[in-house]
Amino acid sequence: MTDQAIMPVPTEALDTQGAIDWLKDKYPEAVQDDTRQGYGGVVVDRSQLTKIAHAIRDDLGYDYLSSATAVDYLGISDHIEMVYHAYRTAGGPPLVFKAQTPRENAEIPSVVSVWPGADFQEREAYDLFGIQFSGHPNLKRILLWEGFDGHPMRKDWQEAYYEEEHKPFESRWPKGWVRRAEELNVFGKNVRYPADLDLSRLTDVSEDSLYKGMGLGVDVQEIVQEGEHIKTDRLIVNMGPHHPSTHGVFRMIAELDGETIEALEPVMGYLHRNHEKIGERNAWLMNIPFTDRLDYISSMGNNMGYVQAVEKLLAQGARYTPPTYRAEVIRVLMVELTRIVNHLWAIGFLLNDLGAFFTPALYAIAEREKVLDFFEATAGSRMMCNYMRFQGVAKDLPERIHSTAVTVNDKVRDYNTMEFLTELINERLPRSIDELDHFLTESEIIKTRAMGVGILPPEMAIAYSAAGPLLRASNVPYDVRRAEPYSIYPELDFDVCVRPNGDVYDRYLIRLDEMRESVRILKQVLQRLEATHGEDIFSGNKAIYMPRVPVGESYGRVENPKGELGFYCVSEGDPKGPQNPWRYHVRAPSFINLTPLGVMCKGHKVADVVVILGSIDIVLGETDR
Amino acid sequence: MSTLDLRELHDTEFPVPADMQNNVAITSLSKIYNWSRRSSLWPMLFGLACCAIEMIATAASRYDFSRFGMEVMRGSPRQSDLMIVSGTVTKKMVVPIVRLYNQMPEPKYVMAMGACASGGGPFKEGYNVVSGIDQYVPVDVYVPGCPPTPQALMYGLISLQKKFDGESLANLDDVPWYGVGPSDAVPIPVLGPDIIDPRQAELIRQQAMLAAQGLPFGRRELPAVAVPQPAVAPVEEKPAIAAASTETAEEIDPEKAARLAKREAALARKRAAKAAAEGNEG
Amino acid sequence: MNGTGILKGLGVTLKHFIQTYVDDIRYGGRKYLGMENFEVRQGLKAQGAFTVQYPDEKIAVPERFRFVPFLVVNEDDHPDAPGKDWCTSCGICAKVCPPQCIWIVRSEDPVTKRPVPEPEAFFIDIDICMNCGYCAEFCPFDAIKMDHDYELADFDRTGTHIHDKPKLSKPYEYYYNIAPTTAAEEAQARGGWEHPDVIKAKKKSGEPVMEQPWFMLRAEDPEARARAEAERAAKAAAAAESTVSEADIAAERQARRAEALARHRAWAAKKN
Repeated sequence: MTDQAIMPVPTEALDTQGAIDWLKDKYPEAVQDDTRQGYGGVVVDRSQLTKIAHAIRDDLGYDYLSSATAVDYLGISDHIEMVYHAYRTAGGPPLVFKAQTPRENAEIPSVVSVWPGADFQEREAYDLFGIQFSGHPNLKRILLWEGFDGHPMRKDWQEAYYEEEHKPFESRWPKGWVRRAEELNVFGKNVRYPADLDLSRLTDVSEDSLYKGMGLGVDVQEIVQEGEHIKTDRLIVNMGPHHPSTHGVFRMIAELDGETIEALEPVMGYLHRNHEKIGERNAWLMNIPFTDRLDYISSMGNNMGYVQAVEKLLAQGARYTPPTYRAEVIRVLMVELTRIVNHLWAIGFLLNDLGAFFTPALYAIAEREKVLDFFEATAGSRMMCNYMRFQGVAKDLPERIHSTAVTVNDKVRDYNTMEFLTELINERLPRSIDELDHFLTESEIIKTRAMGVGILPPEMAIAYSAAGPLLRASNVPYDVRRAEPYSIYPELDFDVCVRPNGDVYDRYLIRLDEMRESVRILKQVLQRLEATHGEDIFSGNKAIYMPRVPVGESYGRVENPKGELGFYCVSEGDPKGPQNPWRYHVRAPSFINLTPLGVMCKGHKVADVVVILGSIDIVLGETDR
Repeated sequence: MSTLDLRELHDTEFPVPADMQNNVAITSLSKIYNWSRRSSLWPMLFGLACCAIEMIATAASRYDFSRFGMEVMRGSPRQSDLMIVSGTVTKKMVVPIVRLYNQMPEPKYVMAMGACASGGGPFKEGYNVVSGIDQYVPVDVYVPGCPPTPQALMYGLISLQKKFDGESLANLDDVPWYGVGPSDAVPIPVLGPDIIDPRQAELIRQQAMLAAQGLPFGRRELPAVAVPQPAVAPVEEKPAIAAASTETAEEIDPEKAARLAKREAALARKRAAKAAAEGNEG
Repeated sequence: MNGTGILKGLGVTLKHFIQTYVDDIRYGGRKYLGMENFEVRQGLKAQGAFTVQYPDEKIAVPERFRFVPFLVVNEDDHPDAPGKDWCTSCGICAKVCPPQCIWIVRSEDPVTKRPVPEPEAFFIDIDICMNCGYCAEFCPFDAIKMDHDYELADFDRTGTHIHDKPKLSKPYEYYYNIAPTTAAEEAQARGGWEHPDVIKAKKKSGEPVMEQPWFMLRAEDPEARARAEAERAAKAAAAAESTVSEADIAAERQARRAEALARHRAWAAKKN
């Protein structure tokens, strides 16, 4: 009765503002509101970061660290800031907290002890921003090599072929006589070579450091175990970056005891394409085609994540109208088709890794081609769709999926788009998913190879910030589409798939489940497509190619096929100046899902490693960015 | 093939009738040789980035490049004839790529698939991206596109096959591996402060020395120091498309400057007049 | 029972195998010959294998397909402004291009030195281009469009991969042929089949705008057609002379061979 009325709300159930107030109450000297215009969350004194992070996780219940990234505010407030986005696995909005450090001797306590999922993200911040994380167990470069000159994401760092701070570059128009970057700047004038450059000293410096974390100084070490007859050698085996089963240019260093994995460490950066540095030089719109090349199997999903993050910023300004209903319907159509494509591909190549060389993959690719035909006719490209725009989509669905013959041998196809989609969604895709199920699920070989392999318990999955099918296969029903709904998902009827065991087999099954749920969503989307036929697909001004983005920060995230894809954008542009993101960070599921790889592989055989990696379903464009 | 001494076959001492001295035997042998090469071109199972997905799609049932004898994608460079560089080549990755190239047996071919592998592509401005794989290993065929569609890739593969057709066993330029033995290994780049091509090391060392002494460096016109291997600096060989015009574009034409000043003055007068008129109205 | 799962899976592969032949039988010999079955084979009703026999049959790309960009120009026999660029060198494409692969030189009137709405030079580096289509999407004059010609593979990139203005320019007729629906939509938005500036000027002066694109009007006028064909033939002949022909390549090969032979003979002579 009255007792209940005065009983305080338990801290785990506080809403975001309540949580912030609680924090400020408890740590008045260390926690302040972030009062900058367009910003949210709290700024935490860096000396007490670990303590407060513990409180955020344990007392307030924000158990899932989605993103941890750095921003260099050179010329604005001249400090570097770490930004953390923590969520509750029960759902709801994030708690954003930040820690600031001066640019010289930048140092911030590590939160790996609180959220192990921060491991790779902090290493990335160290690599690209030069922040020392005190207390980090294995702080070394992750994307670049040891010995690389400088920390490239700092605002005052310039590339070898540096042209200008902002696009468009001055040299393009009106006096744009073509010069290639390497011709303009032959020696990479921004690279600082030591005066006494000695090639022989440089060799293999970058390789040595890789093995330091393994605790071994030599390649082979003999271990004699007492009471056992067999002497086994411990040796280090490199897999990749050129290896057929690493899904690209991924590399693993495994420490083996006989055939058993004792420790395993992912090595990446072989496809580090400087997405974020280029993204900060691009105008806002220019980043959309670049996001296509993140997770290049599901480009539509990447577009969706980015446009949502920027729309959140745009919404803070005047003259913003949200995307029309039809635009949202088309977006969901594309994203769910992408999900099916991605999972087909993932299952096909998981089976490849299991040794079913190429037959399941070929069947999966054959189905994928059908969806790609639709993408090609609608967006113009099979893979790099570049289809979504701020406040809408680029073009409406065409009336007919048809082609024009240009050369002699061209063969023409012509289908009605809606009929094509209806047949694809109602018949073709369900049939092929069932077929895949029939083909693989009960196969004894797959069961033997996949069941009980690479188990990731739920509490570990959350701690390691695993996302997407990897998380849900570990019995955590967390799906951004339900936890923090966006677009038209609230009105759609679908279930969040969960599997209990968290092994490779469950990760295979959950992809089948999710494809079935996607078909269920698509069927509802079809009705909405028909109902909204002919309506607007764009609510802004089509001719604007450099949108003015209000000052502020935003974190947009979507449930991409591979997991939670987040974009952290900071806009600092003055309205008359260049319209670029000040910070553009990608929270890549493929990258963060690799954090628990070493833990999952421990104790398994070498042949299982490729299977576990295949079941995480990474794509290197996103891992390395 | 190995037992046949081709040099002897080519020798003019070989009794070829005067009217058949146009290398009849060699030509038809070349045809068989070329046909065998083109019909069993085994690519390396080697994907870098987005283009690799299209390469896999090309290998899959819809496009199926096994119709051209390329179905055996080999994981090992020792067993492959063609390296399809499918995607962005980063500085970190170019080291293994050069190593793989060196491990491939002759005859070996390299295809730069997509814009990134050909010339850096959209990621060219990045700090970790190489402006084209041809700065390190010789490329036989370039396939533009981002990414090239499977049909574009197949066109590239067929172009490569057509290239073989034009080659002759009689010409040691076409089949150098029979003439001068295996080709020299490409020196493996070193990851220092930035990537260092060993062939350019001396050049970079000189630049670093200049920089340390506070002298101007990074210029196109080199200081009067003997450079041991200038020919291998690939960027030096390629003149800009419109080099001549750029020089003039950067100069300031005095006539033009005067005209601009005049125009500015006129504009200022106009603005002043307008402001005055508005002031009157107000 | 152990093994039933595998048998079930093998059943699926067997089904796929049989379906391929069912389709073969269904279409008889026409499967790979006729045009009529292509749509079905490549569509959603296809069963089994469905390989496109690439060089002999190609999947025609859809209208919205994007490859490298090209510039729209008037046809060479256009009555108003033959061969005129639609591009006004406003520079929007160069500004919006994400990887910055477009270089434009704006031309000036030699006398008045004022900018002329026509580019003096236009370059696109297709080794940088990411085929995103922004240039075509944001061009206010419909002057730059995405090409459908994907067969661009080359043995050398230094000379050929920077497309200059002559290489980029393609007549409006070509654009209409690759994308008729889009072209018609755009023409409707512009209010006519000509360049937006021309339409504006014509509307101002009260002159009638063209009811159809010029190449269609020309097709109705046999005299103009004959003239256009003659011109095209002359142009083709000129092009054949200027570019490297098959015969040139053969001759070069012959020369190289002769050179190598000479070298070999010298070597043989030295050996003896």
